[in-house]
Amino acid sequence: MSFTLTTLIALAAMALVTFATRAAGLLLATYIPSHGRSRAALDALPAAVLIAVIAPAATAGPAEILASALTILAACRLPLLGVVAVGIVSATVLRRFLI
Amino acid sequence: MTTAEPSIRREAAAGMLAIAPAALAVIPFGLILGASAAEKGLSPLETGLMSTMVFAGSAQFLAVELWTTPAAWAALAFATLLINLRHVLMGASLARRLGRFGKARRYLAVFLMADEIWAVAEHRVLRQPLTPAFYFGAGLLLYANWLVTTTAGALLGGLIEDPAAWGFDFAFTAIFIGLVAGFWRGRTTLVVATASALGAILAHALLPGAWYVVIGAACGVATAALVPAAGKRA
Repeated sequence: MSFTLTTLIALAAMALVTFATRAAGLLLATYIPSHGRSRAALDALPAAVLIAVIAPAATAGPAEILASALTILAACRLPLLGVVAVGIVSATVLRRFLI
Repeated sequence: MTTAEPSIRREAAAGMLAIAPAALAVIPFGLILGASAAEKGLSPLETGLMSTMVFAGSAQFLAVELWTTPAAWAALAFATLLINLRHVLMGASLARRLGRFGKARRYLAVFLMADEIWAVAEHRVLRQPLTPAFYFGAGLLLYANWLVTTTAGALLGGLIEDPAAWGFDFAFTAIFIGLVAGFWRGRTTLVVATASALGAILAHALLPGAWYVVIGAACGVATAALVPAAGKRA
């Protein structure tokens, strides 16, 4: 047996909801005026979302906070792949030594 | 537009290169998601189908964790909605970058708008206009990579142990930190970033589920709108 109907329905529902949240942004954007305060809000949106996504994980414990600090330092100097390498290595090492 | 169109091949290659760190980092997670889905009784075909249709990593991890047989589709759809609410915000911002996309391509673009694709596209816009070739180069590479690794995980089973033991989970934090650096505009960004981070950390501590992204982002965006200095572009 490769797949069942209820599974297919669940996958379709998840797919529909996911697409709806992504497409809703396209429609929402046509209602946001592109000047004044809403312009300032939209301009700030990418950085605000990026930071909100990672803030809890970046501050989960002492190891993560230190690893984040090292990664931020790396981000000032290195290309993205180097930043990722510093992040992975420092998180791995620090988690071994800090609780 | 008076500028010459950049070559499609070069733009697509630039998109693939931009998404490469995320594509590498996602491999162990794809394998793990597939393996956990297999443990929950999903067939490799179903797992591959889920990645093809949904293409949203965090939603898929949550769904597999909540998975029951037979599947409780309404509960799964609601969990997906909550965890994907952030995409409304991301889509609203991305919409302004899609000037070179026709209507069909705009919807195809949002179908592929996983967090990493969105972040890489927003980062690209800081330097040059977003082209469909760049976006779909990045999007299709990550999409194919996700489809292959999740299905392979389902076929191979639990080959990989806990990725957190190796710091792989931190790869995503690092990618986003690296991308935020590109958006940095001095004190302006610091004010917004502090509001977002505090809002997200508080919401994460106090509320269940994935509300923290939307709440944290709302704090940052509201700060930008309310504080005149924070809203000014540097």
